[in-house]
Amino acid sequence: MLNAEIAKTFKSGVQVKASLSLPPGPSVTVLFGVSGAGKTTLLRCIAGLEQLTAGKIVFSGQVWADVSKRRHMPTQKRPIGYLFQDYALFPHLNVRDNIGFGIHHLASGVRSERIRTTAATLQIEDLLERQPDELSGGQQQRVALARVLVREPGLLLLDEPLSALDGVARDHVRAELARLLRRLQIPAIIVTHDWVDALTLGDRLHVMSRGVVLQEGSPQDVFAKPQYAEVASVVGMENLVVGHVRERTADVLKLQVGTAELYAADPKGDHTDYFVCIRGENVTLETVRAGQSSARNNLRGRVKEISAAGSLMKVIVDVGFEIVALVTHQAVMDMQLSPGVEVFAVFKASAVHLIPRTV
Amino acid sequence: MRTLHEAAHCLRTRMGPARVATPLRSAMNWEAIITTLKLATATATILAVIGLPISYWVAFSKLRWKFLVEAVVALPLVLPPTVLGFYVLVAMGPRSPFGHWYESLTGHGLPFTLEGLVIASTLYSLPFAVQPVAAAFRSIDRRMIEASWTLGVSSWGTFFRVIVPQAKAGLVAGFVLSFAHTVGEFGVVLMVGGNIPGVTRTISIHVYDEVQSMDYASAGMTSLALLVFSFLILSLVYSLTPRRDRIL
Repeated sequence: MLNAEIAKTFKSGVQVKASLSLPPGPSVTVLFGVSGAGKTTLLRCIAGLEQLTAGKIVFSGQVWADVSKRRHMPTQKRPIGYLFQDYALFPHLNVRDNIGFGIHHLASGVRSERIRTTAATLQIEDLLERQPDELSGGQQQRVALARVLVREPGLLLLDEPLSALDGVARDHVRAELARLLRRLQIPAIIVTHDWVDALTLGDRLHVMSRGVVLQEGSPQDVFAKPQYAEVASVVGMENLVVGHVRERTADVLKLQVGTAELYAADPKGDHTDYFVCIRGENVTLETVRAGQSSARNNLRGRVKEISAAGSLMKVIVDVGFEIVALVTHQAVMDMQLSPGVEVFAVFKASAVHLIPRTV
Repeated sequence: MRTLHEAAHCLRTRMGPARVATPLRSAMNWEAIITTLKLATATATILAVIGLPISYWVAFSKLRWKFLVEAVVALPLVLPPTVLGFYVLVAMGPRSPFGHWYESLTGHGLPFTLEGLVIASTLYSLPFAVQPVAAAFRSIDRRMIEASWTLGVSSWGTFFRVIVPQAKAGLVAGFVLSFAHTVGEFGVVLMVGGNIPGVTRTISIHVYDEVQSMDYASAGMTSLALLVFSFLILSLVYSLTPRRDRIL
């Protein structure tokens, strides 16, 4: 599908060097990392908006760029759909003309039919006569997506598709985008610095830092088993497992994780599967079972591994799944923790962060 | 230098009939007004066409020596009109390759004709046509242009469908300013065009003539007309240009 060996050196000396290969089929690859990591540069190189310093980009057998042969296919010729960070809608055109901008060469009948069906897919039929400045952030995103999709691209490139939105709108649009990407069946590369976006949208994750890809794999693997300290600090989440809803009561969800059951605050919605995220600092270890406690989760297990993690100790406990607790060195000494010792992992339902998993 | 001598001689002889015609002039000299409008329309139109690529280049070129071209374009802003007029006159004279070529092509020389005046005015008003347009081009969000490319639209298509429509105010300002500046020209017109009624005598020169012949009432009328016209034009430009894009 896409095979890219990309090296780009800017005049300022900033370097981005990465290889990227997308599996055949409509998968969603997330380029994840803090700002300045080189994610957008990589995306711009694939789009042809930046010329490579060295390397090669091949998409479905078609050479898009090959520095050794001095080839650079212009952006216009690449079958891409590029979504800009703040959508870059043309302010002098209404929504209809924005969507139709890239299919100007088609006969007007075909063009208006395509605009109509694309607008229907994105549920923006009633916005067609509006000007871009009369749209909300979420609506602008949909118009920008329609403008891209109407050309029937072979590869979608989305640069921080949600960063222009905030709060409730962001959660809503994120869920919609995830559904849309599943339905479209077009391979996509998404750039984001937000780990919730990465988990919700991505099938595969490439973690970038300072211009190189540090780790790649499924979101779960990358989040749960960061291979480098840098990746761990970028993802910043020690526990990430998949949970299936068992029971929904009032404000609390009961989830099955591995062979264990745990409680979490209900984020509302009708999802049946979630990514369960718990920060290591929020997990307390106890050697005897406490009596009454406000913490809803009290999971019995055995210590599997103890290692140093910065100034803290990282204790992995098997409670039916592997849970990581970050505790002080003194606590490990006082509780005489060592592999095989029986402990209770205790954490509040509100310390469990749930992210809907679109299957 | 000989060219200039010839020109000066020509100027003297050509100015003769104008002096004779003085008593016959009416309060509003329609001949001068029409000459001025012809000159300004031709100049502004030519500038709109040749100013567009120059503005585009000035706005978007990443060449290191761009500032040299920018300086040349801005020269008429600081150069005395007589100096510019002098060079244009020399360049148009029958001894210069250009003047010679033109004369062999048309059978007459360029100095003291409306065509010659149009060429001189085009050079003189160049910064007024280029700078507002270049400023408008520069203010366009780079991502708009890139968005157009990623949607499969060529550089030409992008120019006409994204850049020009978004720079509309700058284009109008460029046209109107070069028109108005040509209307207000004096030095260059006198140097290159002489003062031939119905051919190269414009309103500004007409006012000068009226004052020279002590016809203050008539000069006052013409001046007032020019003043009102200039004020209206500038009001129009300011009302069209967003505050941040102003160059004047």
